[in-house]
Amino acid sequence: MAKMSGAQALVEALKRKNVEVIFGIIGGATLPVYDVLYDSEIRHILVRHEQCAAHAADGYARASGKPGICMATSGPGATNLVTGIANAYMDSSPVIAFTGQVNTFSANSAYMIGRDAFQEADIIGITTPITKYNYQVKKAAEIPEAVKLAFYVATTGRPGPVVIDVPKNTQTEKAEMDFSDNISLRGYKPKVEPHKLQVKKAAELLLKAERPMIFAGGGVILSNASPELLELAELLMAPVATSLMGKGCFPENHPLSLGNIGMHGTVEANKLILEADVLLAVGTRFSDRSTGTLDTFCPDAKIIHIDIDSAEIGKNVDIDIPIVADAKRTIKAVHQLLIQKLQKKKSSQWFKRVQEVKEQVLSKAGSSGDGLKPAKIIAELRKILPEDAIVTTEVGQNQMWASLYFKTYKPRTFISSGGLGTMGFGFPASLGAKVACPDRPVVDVAGDGSFIMTEQDLATSVMEKIPVTVVVLNNSMLGMVAQWQRLFYNRRYSAVNLDKLPDFVKLAEAYGAQGIRIGSLDEFAKAVRKALKSDVTTVIDVPISPEEDVFPMVPAGKGLKDTIEG
Amino acid sequence: MMKNNNDEEKTHMIAAIVEHKPGVLYSVANLFRCRGFNIESISVGVTEQPGLARMTITVKGNEKMIEQVIKQLNKLIVVVKVSRLDPANVVTRELALVKVNAFSAKERSDIINYVDVFRARVVDVAPESLMVEITGTSDKIDAFIGLMKPFGTKEIARTGITALSRGAKSIKIEE
Repeated sequence: MAKMSGAQALVEALKRKNVEVIFGIIGGATLPVYDVLYDSEIRHILVRHEQCAAHAADGYARASGKPGICMATSGPGATNLVTGIANAYMDSSPVIAFTGQVNTFSANSAYMIGRDAFQEADIIGITTPITKYNYQVKKAAEIPEAVKLAFYVATTGRPGPVVIDVPKNTQTEKAEMDFSDNISLRGYKPKVEPHKLQVKKAAELLLKAERPMIFAGGGVILSNASPELLELAELLMAPVATSLMGKGCFPENHPLSLGNIGMHGTVEANKLILEADVLLAVGTRFSDRSTGTLDTFCPDAKIIHIDIDSAEIGKNVDIDIPIVADAKRTIKAVHQLLIQKLQKKKSSQWFKRVQEVKEQVLSKAGSSGDGLKPAKIIAELRKILPEDAIVTTEVGQNQMWASLYFKTYKPRTFISSGGLGTMGFGFPASLGAKVACPDRPVVDVAGDGSFIMTEQDLATSVMEKIPVTVVVLNNSMLGMVAQWQRLFYNRRYSAVNLDKLPDFVKLAEAYGAQGIRIGSLDEFAKAVRKALKSDVTTVIDVPISPEEDVFPMVPAGKGLKDTIEG
Repeated sequence: MMKNNNDEEKTHMIAAIVEHKPGVLYSVANLFRCRGFNIESISVGVTEQPGLARMTITVKGNEKMIEQVIKQLNKLIVVVKVSRLDPANVVTRELALVKVNAFSAKERSDIINYVDVFRARVVDVAPESLMVEITGTSDKIDAFIGLMKPFGTKEIARTGITALSRGAKSIKIEE
């Protein structure tokens, strides 16, 4: 094989992995790679801040199920990626980041690693705790293997972000390149097949259960196990509650759906889990936001926990039957054992109880108050959007309203920053999702505080022709924090007032996007329909009252039994 | 819910076979820091297999924490194999170099007496001090250092514990 440069090898390796798009910003230490990309078929989307490159890659990954690629230069370019990488790590998203680095060696210059060179940052050191794997290339010939391992590690087992740091001299250096496919990583062998005996034990426990409940997390979506989960839930007549990351893995218009569980979970989910006698938890890490205080979380239930990451088993909650394996294969195996002994039923005592609680909640909900209520806005949005539309969210009240009122029917159609809780995630993630699914509507449900953290990428959406819709629930407040101050800090509104926000209509127009301010639910519906037809991104400014709260709510330090219905 | 019956804090020993590459010690140490685990001692050296190093880590914690330590270590890509060493079935050794004051002939001979009893060795002699090399369990080294205190210990360097399980069994690496 002919010699090629490290930069050429990098782009070639990406091509072999069928990479269609890279989100990034060029800089001094990535010039050689970008020079090769100039002639490549791989689309490069120039964002306006590297954080957005990582979030867009994350949104792309979550919407498509394929790894998302981002690229940044050395130093500040790389450190700007950090929030996005941490976000992907917390939510197990396969984001692969390539960073430029100063030279490994330089004959007559101090532009090299360890000399505090211009735009040098120790990105390997910085990202070690927030990546599944990271690696600094030492010479050009290592690049094909580094790329291969990055894709393998990021996408197998429990997915997660990988950083490959590529010093500039390794990009220009020429070497014989080996693009073979074999992988040898003796320290990494993800276990996918479930242990037969554990599956049998789980099936036996479920068979005896009178009030079984399923708690499904993001792992169900990552392993594409939604069809299997639906079959199992119906066979067991088990209601399904999801974590925020699991939202979408089970159709929320199904009679067995309870919606999300946890701090801002539904009343029905938080109530029924207290009554369950067997909890089947799949692909969830029992985060504090899902469980509330641990000693009062499903106090009467035996717990089966299926997770591909053994370290999640017993980390937060003690488990009766652990199964370390892929969610899809395990649910299938459990189903196969159960189907031999269980008849599919139309109803059961437990099912009746589930319906009873759901109806109680529904009857209390009713229409509360006048004006532009977030619940109504989100419900209206759901009515207008097709089933396969993708909604991303920012973080805060907007996120919780979206999770409560935007009924989600399909996996990978609800994309939110669950673990890290990154304000500013939703908009760039929506751009990534739109790039992955150009034929489907993509809407970012935003708050004013979150949107202004990454709004500069309106420029990217217009220039790169990635039309999305941003619904800004605008209370001129850091609303979620204000809610806590209202409830727990005596209404002492410290540092939450965003009074002098830009005019979002003019802001959108300044970028060449479309801006619409609405004053009624009707106008909102019209604006959304207009946005869906638009060739450019639309920002819909929805003024809401700063006094709006998100309920239900479990106060911090309390258990699910203490859910305030509001 | 099942309760762990073993909440007692104890010192545990873990052997980790890791890739012998730059940054591996950082990854392991960083993991302990991030997750709030306390390393009591760590010793690292090459193994009989090329490209692999062995870390012997002692860590204090209850049963649940130790399980997490092992699982989290296993998750690191650079960690090939982790095993917990059974204190009842393991040989542990530590090496210490102790520099102790020895001003008079009497002090010198007293120290050398102790050195003999402990099967240690004098490895350096200076006009007013001796350097002693001692190998053994940590308890033995602690006891020796305790006896040296009255003379005045000038400097002590300890390697930290290294350990191997007894018998023919070894930590196997699947290729």
